[in-house]
Amino acid sequence: MREKTPWWLLAALALLLSGCGDSTWNDPYPSADATRNTYYSSFAERPKHLDPARSYSANEYAFLAQIYEPPLQYHFLLRPYQLVPLSAAEVPAPRYFDASGAALPDDVAPGEIDRSDYVIRIQPGIRFQPHPAFASDDEGRYLYHAIESSDLAGVNQLADFDQVGTRELTAEDYIYQIKRLAAPWLHSPIAGVMSQHIRGFGELAEALAGLETDGELARIQALREARIQGVQALDRYSFKITVESKYPQFVYWLAMPFFAPLPWEADVFYAQPGMAERNIVLDWYPVGTGPYMLSENNPNLRMALERNPNFHGERYPSEGMPEDAVSGILADAGKPIPFIDRAVYSLEKEDIPRWNKFLQGYYDSSGISSDAFDQAVQIDAQDQPMLTADMRAQGIELLTAVQPSNFYMGFNMLDPVVGGDSQRARLLRRAISIAMDYEEFISIFANGRGLVAQGPIPPGIFGHRDGEAGINPFVYEWRDGRPVRRSLEEARTLMEQAGYPGGVDRESGRGLSINYEAVATGPDDRARLNWIRKQFAKLGIELVIRSTDYNRFQEKIRNGTGQVFMWGWNADYPDPENFLFLLYGPNGKVEHQGENASNYANPEFDRLFDAMKFMEDGPQRQAIVDRMVEIARTDAPWVWGFFPKAFSLHHQWLHNAHPNEMANNTLKYRRLDPQQRAELRREWNEPVLWPIWAIGGLILLLVIPALWMVRRRERSTAL
Amino acid sequence: MSAYILRRILYAIPILIGVNLITFLLFFVVNSPEDMARMHLGQKRVTTEAIQAWKAEHGYDRPLLYNDAASGLASLTDTIFFQKSVKLFAFQFGSSDDGRDIGYDISQRMWPSLAIAVPVLMVGLAFNISYALFIVFFRATYIDIGSVVLLVAMLSISSLFYIIGGQFLLSKAFHLVPISGYDQGLNAWKFLILPVIVGVIGGIGSGTRWYRSLFLEEIAKDYVRTARAKGLSERFVLFRHVLRNALIPILTGVVVVLPLLFMGSLITESFFGIPGLGSYTIDAISNQDFAIVRSMVFLGAVLYILGLILTDISYTVVDPRVRLQ
Repeated sequence: MREKTPWWLLAALALLLSGCGDSTWNDPYPSADATRNTYYSSFAERPKHLDPARSYSANEYAFLAQIYEPPLQYHFLLRPYQLVPLSAAEVPAPRYFDASGAALPDDVAPGEIDRSDYVIRIQPGIRFQPHPAFASDDEGRYLYHAIESSDLAGVNQLADFDQVGTRELTAEDYIYQIKRLAAPWLHSPIAGVMSQHIRGFGELAEALAGLETDGELARIQALREARIQGVQALDRYSFKITVESKYPQFVYWLAMPFFAPLPWEADVFYAQPGMAERNIVLDWYPVGTGPYMLSENNPNLRMALERNPNFHGERYPSEGMPEDAVSGILADAGKPIPFIDRAVYSLEKEDIPRWNKFLQGYYDSSGISSDAFDQAVQIDAQDQPMLTADMRAQGIELLTAVQPSNFYMGFNMLDPVVGGDSQRARLLRRAISIAMDYEEFISIFANGRGLVAQGPIPPGIFGHRDGEAGINPFVYEWRDGRPVRRSLEEARTLMEQAGYPGGVDRESGRGLSINYEAVATGPDDRARLNWIRKQFAKLGIELVIRSTDYNRFQEKIRNGTGQVFMWGWNADYPDPENFLFLLYGPNGKVEHQGENASNYANPEFDRLFDAMKFMEDGPQRQAIVDRMVEIARTDAPWVWGFFPKAFSLHHQWLHNAHPNEMANNTLKYRRLDPQQRAELRREWNEPVLWPIWAIGGLILLLVIPALWMVRRRERSTAL
Repeated sequence: MSAYILRRILYAIPILIGVNLITFLLFFVVNSPEDMARMHLGQKRVTTEAIQAWKAEHGYDRPLLYNDAASGLASLTDTIFFQKSVKLFAFQFGSSDDGRDIGYDISQRMWPSLAIAVPVLMVGLAFNISYALFIVFFRATYIDIGSVVLLVAMLSISSLFYIIGGQFLLSKAFHLVPISGYDQGLNAWKFLILPVIVGVIGGIGSGTRWYRSLFLEEIAKDYVRTARAKGLSERFVLFRHVLRNALIPILTGVVVVLPLLFMGSLITESFFGIPGLGSYTIDAISNQDFAIVRSMVFLGAVLYILGLILTDISYTVVDPRVRLQ
């Protein structure tokens, strides 16, 4: 009789064979997707908000910017950063009016301007992505606008709705979104800023706060009916925003998702009973007009974008910087975008698996964690970063760009020792500025990924100056064509002049002790804090580290109880105003709850800021910015710290991965060669099978003698 | 037994209130409602008005534990503690601070946690018991001594080492399994191999040592000597007598952790990118989402109590001499 093969053996064999096809064994994606035009990347933290009225962080914009289309965007290649139309037909130019409503010329003094009107014309024919909120029957009645909770049996996600629809984008969709920014229940982070600028915005917010409505649908209806004085539709495709006085930076806000159009149908659809209980909400399922739409949203695992079939179309830019012509980045000029069909972002919280997946070819691009930095990058004799031989052999390319951000060490200007306007305190701050060796800090703690700051404005932003004209003369001197940090001797002399010879207070005879407010969570922080302590010790200052959690740290800064701290800022828009306002007196953290964490106030600086913020870029504005920077350097409310550099890697099959630190919607420009990727993945990830046989053999080597010993022992006799 | 179980359930109520209170106090010692508002509203351009509005909308504008402004019972009920805790006893977890339904999220995320925890438990149990019996069979020989040294070494090594080592060897060096990730349904199997192997190997040291001790304790008893005197083989004695009699402490250890399998593993899920309840809890702590933290701690406490009751019941099944009164 033939012996029957055990079922488990067949199953194990089938399982083994299933992994022996064309795909590699460690491929985390379905084998059918190996040659699809899909971009693979990762994210470390799940987005909190995908509602464009609420979202205000980079990890959320990585998705939102591909889905929503505000009126404007940043040019992909041109520098300095330039605004170009996105859903608008052109970049709007403000028109100025006085209090009587009479039009004023463009060069009128800002004080005479009562209001600025921005007329935004949008491109006709733009359609929203397919979405059930638009689904309607033959008579135009919405299919899913009057559903009850009981109708949602079996519905757990947006894709469970059978019907979808679309409609054309109109000016009213932008107006509706601007009104949403004022809705108190949405907690838009820019509601406070916009109430200072958009006419009637604050009044609308107050009216909505006092709304007594029953249920969310009624609230949305009230929002639809509400009027905002400073935002009006002119016709189906154009609308006007009236801004108080003059606010040239307003145009930058029009490039952020806050001002992306939102259809009221989406709000009504998501507000229906039973939707929130199923987590089918706008904050989870965006509705946009952009090149991509969110097809899968499981931020605990994966988020996927699919090409929006209703996308209105756009072309790859045809102009760039002179170096772009030779780099090949303009090779796709004029071609329709987006190039990529699908983008899959996997949740990857830990650096090690993320880095290894990139090396295995399962992510198309990657950042570089500190742990992997030495494996990926080496610094050459000219202090320039270059890829290691291993990376080059794998065809990996490195991109670097200075970010429009800064990290600085701030002095609390309200503090009697380090703060204030006295010459003594100013000299002390300057001495510390010299002692804080940020070149070393960048080298040790940022793997060289930073540029020492000479002032508050990063490179690439109007107002920044390079070369000798751009150095901070209180901390650096220009020698042999480069800035050289002033000597410690000079810093000690400053200490003496300040009344702290050798770090001892001449008046009290006691050693100077300064408190440093720190957020420290791990052993890495200890090394950093020790380094900072040593910098102060160079001047004889005892630095007392007051470590705490981030909440308490923020509280100390808000209350002005700290002395010295580190802080940073990431630009909203590429304008010097967005950095200099961090030192503007009326923005003081303690008194005005603003973003001026140092509580610095200098009347001349504030006066110049008031003038500068209204000005167009040009020599006159540059002169004022120069003077403001000079004042700030003189007063030294910050040790200027550094501007971080972004390092990113991408594989040879990914094209057009050009760094643009202001634009978030760059996925549409990227192009892939999926065939090359599939071939290289196979080559790099050939399964190594000998360990399986080795382990099997080892088990046999152990088990057979053991079994033999068991038998022998059982057969043995006591005597 | 019904009366016993009912009594244990009633005992659980003050325990759960206590757990809730301690969680509440610990959480709000570190995070104030204002901190939570700032965390959820973002770091830039947050106004005092926006913070107050967020607190009011999420019910964090009340006093924490005692309301001076209210009178009578309302001074206790019109507080954050009461309002946020009382519904938990009806297993109504409510919404997270960013508006998502916690009950729904738990129902979705418990499956990935179970997909790892159950195989790790089953395979680990089978391996550890077998290995412990093998060592006991060769007790007081070089196999026993060598195994104990190996086991002590294994239990001294951090679980993180097993995770990183496993990822390095099986995925990076040998390209046999994905280094991290997860997928839905049956597609999940290839992502489970590595965490399960790592989980089993990571548990061998402590598990086998524990079972070895149990078996050695049993093997010295009179009934074992009697069984041997009857001429039973050593294998028969071990499997039929020693193993059966050692089941009570084994059950104590196993049944009590069964309900907790739902809760997932914090480190494993984080390193392998498994979207389970362990990473759900960690994320909630780092996002200062008190709604999720209190729900998960409450659920953990309930499951632990449930595990203890199940353990008591299982005694009566395994050992007929045990009666619950």
